[in-house]
Amino acid sequence: MKSLAFIATIITGALLIFATVDFPDWGDPNSPASLHVSPRYIEKTVKETGVPNMVTSVLADYRGYDTLFETTVIFTAGITAVMLIRRPRK
Amino acid sequence: MITPLENIIIKTLCRLLIPFIQLFGLYVIVHGHGSPGGGFQGGCILAASFVLVVVAFDLPEAKRRFSEKLNNIFCSLGVFIYAWTGWMCLLLGANFLDYGILNKILPVNPVMARYYGMFSIEVGVGITVMAIMVSLFLDLVTGGKHEEALDE
Repeated sequence: MKSLAFIATIITGALLIFATVDFPDWGDPNSPASLHVSPRYIEKTVKETGVPNMVTSVLADYRGYDTLFETTVIFTAGITAVMLIRRPRK
Repeated sequence: MITPLENIIIKTLCRLLIPFIQLFGLYVIVHGHGSPGGGFQGGCILAASFVLVVVAFDLPEAKRRFSEKLNNIFCSLGVFIYAWTGWMCLLLGANFLDYGILNKILPVNPVMARYYGMFSIEVGVGITVMAIMVSLFLDLVTGGKHEEALDE
């Protein structure tokens, strides 16, 4: 069973390494990631949001839902730690 | 359990340093949308200043400055501010978290309303991250017994 898992790992790893050959070059301006939404953020961030920091405009405005639930995840983690660890006052 | 540390050098140095750390944390939160930084980073810096209070002084002193009850309120206040900024947009007739519509209640144009909407959610994130970090630190460092430590 162990050798079977080992062979499966080798095959999956080889496939993943084989897939990296198709990656666009590092920093390629014509790669799909740089052509889809990035130019829009770069061109319109200041005009649409008035914020000079592009990272914040994506984080807080264009992807506001994501950040809301990131904050909720932190809140939930803290509450869980309180529930698991904290001993209430007697 | 944290025992009180009687070292005048550490205490004086921390008393001098803590206001500047907190000021820097507030700066990182407030300038989060204009420069690198934001609620997560600034909240962590604010929490670090509180950790320094606990390490340099002792637990009751730290609790006296920032009580458990206040910390528990702050934990949820940040998420509350964030969610209500989104709900305000919804109530004024736009999509959830579409801050442009906030210009109906703020005396600015829609673009600057987005600016201030982002500012308010960064403040919310900062408050929650700070309170949760402090709560995690106190729970982990005392094994969850820090409420009993106050009664002794």
